[in-house]
Amino acid sequence: MKRPTIDPGKSAAWTDDRLAVASPVRRLMNKVFPDHWSFLLGEIALYSFVVLLLSGVFLTLFFDPSMQEVVYQGPYTPLYGIPMSRAFESSLEISFEVRGGLIMRQIHHWAALLFMASILVHMFRVFFTGAFRRPRELNWLIGMTLLILGILEGFAGYSLPDDALSGTGLRIMHAIVLSIPVIGTWTAFALFGGEFPGTDIVPRLYIVHVLLVPGLLLALIGAHMGLLVKQKHTQFPGPGRTEDNVVGHRMVPGFAAKAGGFFMIVFAMIAFLGGVFQINPIWLFGPYEAAVVSAGSQPDWYVGFLDGSTRLMPPWEITAFGHTVPALFWPTVVLPGILFTVAMLYPWLEQRYTGDRAHHNLLQRPRDVPDRTALGAMAVGFYVVLFISGGNDIIAEKFDISLNAMTWIGRVGLLVVPPLAYYVAHRLCLGLQQNDRETLVHGVETGIIRRLPNGAFVEVHQPLGPVDDHGHGELGYAGWAVPKKMNRLGALGSSVKGFFVPIEQPTEAPVSPAPSRELTGARGDD
Amino acid sequence: MTSVHDHSSPAGEPTVDVDDPALSQFDLVREGARRDGVEIVHYAPRFPVPGTREERRAERRIATLFVLAGLGSLAFLVIYSVWPFEYQLGAGRDKWFTPLLGVTLALAFFGVGAGIIVWSKRLMPEEIAVQDRHDGASDPAERKLTAATLLSAYEETGLRRRPLLKGALAIGVAPMGLALGAPFIGSLITDPKDDLFHTGFGKGTHLVRHDGTKIRPADLKPGGIETVFPGIPGGATNAHADSPTLLIHLRENEAEKAIANSRKGYEDAHVGNFFAYSKICTHAGCPASLYEQQTNRLLCPCHQSQFDVLDGCRPVFGPATRSLPQLHIALDEEGYFVSQHDYKLAIGPAFWERP
Ligand code: HEM
Ligand code: FES
Repeated sequence: MKRPTIDPGKSAAWTDDRLAVASPVRRLMNKVFPDHWSFLLGEIALYSFVVLLLSGVFLTLFFDPSMQEVVYQGPYTPLYGIPMSRAFESSLEISFEVRGGLIMRQIHHWAALLFMASILVHMFRVFFTGAFRRPRELNWLIGMTLLILGILEGFAGYSLPDDALSGTGLRIMHAIVLSIPVIGTWTAFALFGGEFPGTDIVPRLYIVHVLLVPGLLLALIGAHMGLLVKQKHTQFPGPGRTEDNVVGHRMVPGFAAKAGGFFMIVFAMIAFLGGVFQINPIWLFGPYEAAVVSAGSQPDWYVGFLDGSTRLMPPWEITAFGHTVPALFWPTVVLPGILFTVAMLYPWLEQRYTGDRAHHNLLQRPRDVPDRTALGAMAVGFYVVLFISGGNDIIAEKFDISLNAMTWIGRVGLLVVPPLAYYVAHRLCLGLQQNDRETLVHGVETGIIRRLPNGAFVEVHQPLGPVDDHGHGELGYAGWAVPKKMNRLGALGSSVKGFFVPIEQPTEAPVSPAPSRELTGARGDD
Repeated sequence: MTSVHDHSSPAGEPTVDVDDPALSQFDLVREGARRDGVEIVHYAPRFPVPGTREERRAERRIATLFVLAGLGSLAFLVIYSVWPFEYQLGAGRDKWFTPLLGVTLALAFFGVGAGIIVWSKRLMPEEIAVQDRHDGASDPAERKLTAATLLSAYEETGLRRRPLLKGALAIGVAPMGLALGAPFIGSLITDPKDDLFHTGFGKGTHLVRHDGTKIRPADLKPGGIETVFPGIPGGATNAHADSPTLLIHLRENEAEKAIANSRKGYEDAHVGNFFAYSKICTHAGCPASLYEQQTNRLLCPCHQSQFDVLDGCRPVFGPATRSLPQLHIALDEEGYFVSQHDYKLAIGPAFWERP
């Protein structure tokens, strides 16, 4: 028998002799992670960021952020002989002449879209479950900063290739900066190094895109994770779960294996999108020329809501004393300023409103906090109207509605939809609460119909716990998911198998609030 | 199902002699976890009886996924190395290069990812672990000690007793920050002067097409529209991004309306039925490039502002607030369009200094 060349025990001993890491390493491996599908959203963001870093570094090897004018002589014949910037030319080279360049460009772009989407949805989950409450206010702030930096990074990114679309985006950005009272003009000239577009902005955005913002993102993501490890995950309430513990799997092997596998699957998804679905075909747009724009020019989706607010804004310009505050200022500077400020301060606003300044490690089900859930629904409604309005020309064309009608629908919608969303969400929360309580009192519908001696038919209900003299359940509502189907009680086996369902079997869980046998058959998701 | 339950020993106090040869490996794992405040409350093999058909099936499934992944990677490598990828006009094989890479790469990663997940869910022991949290503030005594250390550090400097030094420090340090910041701001400052009020057009500048050719009235049919640029070096490039102008040839009856609507000072801005307006939208600077002949409206595709060409390009819908500025045009001796002078108003989006 051959002896192994490396003895893992030996190299571990070698390391520990020098660093004394046996306890910290073990403590890390033993860290317990709770399990819920919604905790994967943040992970998707993290993994897409890794993909962005990798594909971005590849792109830097070939991208040249130069505004020097060149005449295209590459293999893409439709643009042959056309004058363009070197930045645009090098993006064409990446797409057509670098082996595997196109898929890397497309992977980078798809990863950016997925990154932003998962951040946003992750934020929703944190909001609606109350995960931002003390002690996690800091991580909420960091998360919001990541969202804003992500938008900035994405904008800088798609401005780089200097194609018709990115030039149009920059033109509008220039106008937005110009619109800021007092300092706008000087700021715009400072950023662009003179009049629009000049030759400075793309090289500057390049450094912003590949160094400054990624550096910040990396640092902040590190801090985000650091706080997460220090403060430990929140968890949904459920059997055996208290404010003072975490119930789940140890990091190694259970959690690590699942997370690693999930990373690969996210990567696979992005690779598939990047290979099969064309995105940002800059060769069809052509180089940026100030006089040319195509109809249906759309920014990336995460900027869309600002495009929408810009479209809906009525033409209200303020002029006084020889000065102008352009209409553009309000929907593009003031509105996002307010939105992001309120969002950032939300944990403190809620603390002030509810007076709840306690430590919280158990999440809330959205239905149990109707006010917050309704506020969130209101914000989502507001956002969705803006987002849809950002593509109102495309919708108008697709559905043959007049553009002006779409704009008015948006303007009215912006005022009507949020309160409506508030009302509906609030009612929905109360209804769901009611439903849970009814199930706790009357039990789960079994689908078994029994005929009573007097001839009446009744459905047999399975109580979830001990019952009183009237046959009514005595279990109080504890913020747990209430099982509504017999197979949730283990009668027929799990209805959904797999990945998204926590694999713990709470029947075996440690028992602190002494749940009854039946109730512990419930699964902790919903 | 066998499972291990242990609620007996409270975490914290070492009760297990780790050198006891009777301890199994799992006993040690549990003891380590216990010392880390983690209790493994449920731990059971997925297949208590080894080698069942079910277990072998799970194994086969995982193996298949990994093999698939390997095939994906291999296919990726082959396609990446030998497939023709350089762009060719028409439907060539190069068009399949990127999609094939995507599919094979996705297969590779999916295989590995799904394999690992199925492995962990089907074969690795199921467990529930409970970890204690030690939440909230530090121990009050610790806090007190740290606070004392911080305070004493501050007091050692004696800043509290030495107001002179406090002032001197402020005077000395604040300018240093400014000095460090100044280059970052100072180097960027560019005086806008009155650049935003000027375009490439001046007295007698020709209106030229993108290719630099001059235009005569006969070149544009009634109802026609043409984007023109100042006939100066680089006039049609982004170096003069503020200059693109629309030359519009109105039909007779439309022109009458447009002339009747002329603003003060613009009565002689047109040449016959030819009108020239800035193409740069007064909202956010996109080119307002869609002309609707029936309604004589210019539509900006960026945020759908609409301008009425027959009424001084007044904004009639959307977020734009100002009319597109009109360029005074004339004909030179040879009958080509020229500008009488630069735009009288600042073109494009509004800004603070604009009256
Ligand atoms: C959160 C992080 C990031 C986001 C959201 C993001 C987003 C984008 C987007 C949307 C584009 C336009 C792609 C296209 O042409 O279709 C882009 C281009 C680019 N990105 Fe990123 N990116 C990120 C991180 C990075 C990093 C870390 C690097 C390098 C270190 C990088 C390097 C590049 C380069 C060189 C280009 C220009 C390539 C080209 O357009 O041909 N990116 N980025
Ligand atoms: S730029 Fe023309 S409508 Fe906004």
